[in-house]
Amino acid sequence: MHALPRPIQLLLALLLLLMAAYPLFGASLAGDRHDFYLQQLTSIMILAIVALGLDLLVGVSGMVSLASAAFFGMAGYALVLFAPEYEALSIWVALPLCLGVTALAALLMGVLIIRTSGIFFIMVTIAFSQMLYYLFHDASFAGGSDGAYLFMKPEVAIAGVQLLDLENRTTLFYVVLASLALLFVLLRTFLRAPFGRVLLGIKENEQRVRAMGFNPLFYKLAAFVIAGTIAGYAGMLSATQYGFVSPGQLSWQMSAHILVMVILGGMGTLFGPILGAFAFEGLHHWFASLTPHWELPMGVVVIAMVLLLPRGIAGLLLQLAQRKATKSAEVPLAGTIKQEAEQ
Amino acid sequence: MSALILETRGLSKHFGGLRAVSDISLQVAPREIHAIIGPNGAGKSTMVNLLSGHLRPSSGQVIFNGQDITGLAPNKVSHLGVGRSFQRTNIFPSFSCLENCMLAAQSRMKNSFRFFRRSDSYPLVRARAEKALQACGLSSKGHSTASSMSYGEQRQLEIGMVLATEPSFLLLDEPMAGMGKEESSRVVELLAELSRDYSLVLVEHDMDAVFSIAKTLTVMVNGQMLASGPLERVRNDPAVQEAYLGDGEEQF
Repeated sequence: MHALPRPIQLLLALLLLLMAAYPLFGASLAGDRHDFYLQQLTSIMILAIVALGLDLLVGVSGMVSLASAAFFGMAGYALVLFAPEYEALSIWVALPLCLGVTALAALLMGVLIIRTSGIFFIMVTIAFSQMLYYLFHDASFAGGSDGAYLFMKPEVAIAGVQLLDLENRTTLFYVVLASLALLFVLLRTFLRAPFGRVLLGIKENEQRVRAMGFNPLFYKLAAFVIAGTIAGYAGMLSATQYGFVSPGQLSWQMSAHILVMVILGGMGTLFGPILGAFAFEGLHHWFASLTPHWELPMGVVVIAMVLLLPRGIAGLLLQLAQRKATKSAEVPLAGTIKQEAEQ
Repeated sequence: MSALILETRGLSKHFGGLRAVSDISLQVAPREIHAIIGPNGAGKSTMVNLLSGHLRPSSGQVIFNGQDITGLAPNKVSHLGVGRSFQRTNIFPSFSCLENCMLAAQSRMKNSFRFFRRSDSYPLVRARAEKALQACGLSSKGHSTASSMSYGEQRQLEIGMVLATEPSFLLLDEPMAGMGKEESSRVVELLAELSRDYSLVLVEHDMDAVFSIAKTLTVMVNGQMLASGPLERVRNDPAVQEAYLGDGEEQF
């Protein structure tokens, strides 16, 4: 993974700043709807975290998984079911619990399915997600199809001193924003390190990676577990935000939405899927305000995007940045040649 | 002659009723170039795949450095020191040359579950990759994207990637496939140089190239070994002459 072009770095930094500034100015800009927007942005960023994790599989390693929602939902259920009814669960319990449950589930699922590839991999990830979906759908201990409630949000405290109040929507907004930014940086670091190089190699040419002495299965499995755990982290945040989980969160349609975010945004770029999450949810709200059949115009947009911009929003941005770079490079290059000629 | 580096005993591979390779026993001594030649469909590529672990033999044994490696997975065979190149260019097209070689060099670390330090900041990985690039003659192209290079250069990179895994033995599947005269003579030079440091099995179509560098030769026809031994002896073998060489090169 190469360094991002300067204009894109600036753009991402600007977007991060704008997001960080929103709670400060939102109330005067949006008035009554501020609180609604704040919640929407928080939930979009949570989905962006899932999309970011999925990109590690789809875009980086070339494994198309439709199980992200299963891990997302499972972590939410883990939090809700484990939390005592009239007492807040400490985040120091909730976090390892949610991450541990999803990592373990991803590991078990991964061990069974990692040898498959292509369409078969997609099918088994759907099959496993649907099994989990029906498990929670039909489980009386988890509230069945009605879902279950989290009455108290996890408490972030050290030695009884509260550090963050997750009940506060603005605080939660910043926690989610910081998580998204940190995970982005973390995954980019992974991709430049030996681990990421192997994953990128697997996507381009798995046979050669094996011939060079790597066992691709271990690396794919690790990527699957990392992506699953990231989805689980997002699931924990989501359950915290809404205080509610339902089987629908585990459905494969939800996974498909995440996949569309990755594709719209631009696979394999990491920043693309984040933009994709905003684009998808933005269009979703807009179309839903026009028609109850919002999926119809959404489908048209997705088809148009795939035809016109197969590398997604990120691909377009990278292309624009590249064009600018070659234009500005021409002038100094001519200068160097002149210099060399003089010598 | 010192101990053998590679030996096969009665190696066979059947695909259903097709005997792609049958009962091949060949011996390769250290630091020699051993060429395997034969017309299309003779089973040469199958042979390479059997040696590198990409295919599991139906029967027979592959012995490398005195160790039975029959049926081992390709990644394990690679770690024993067998470096294999491919007939069809098999590189990472979006990586730069250096990145291609660094990924290969990285495979010699105990594992690549290293998440935080940049891969090019591991001195050993970088040094090996650069050495391999130099050996295959691509030092000046380190930062070119592999897909943007000429076909001949990609073939050189293919060999460079094998060298970056620090093998003790090279298994090259038609390194000159599809190359022009000039390009292939450059590769012949490269191979002659490599043979000073490595033992080498070469599967090749290009007869001129083979005769200019190989010390021992195995001729395969229809999956069977027609002859195997020192180049001059095999070349003058009447059976080989009749079945293969005598008809001239238009056969290929």
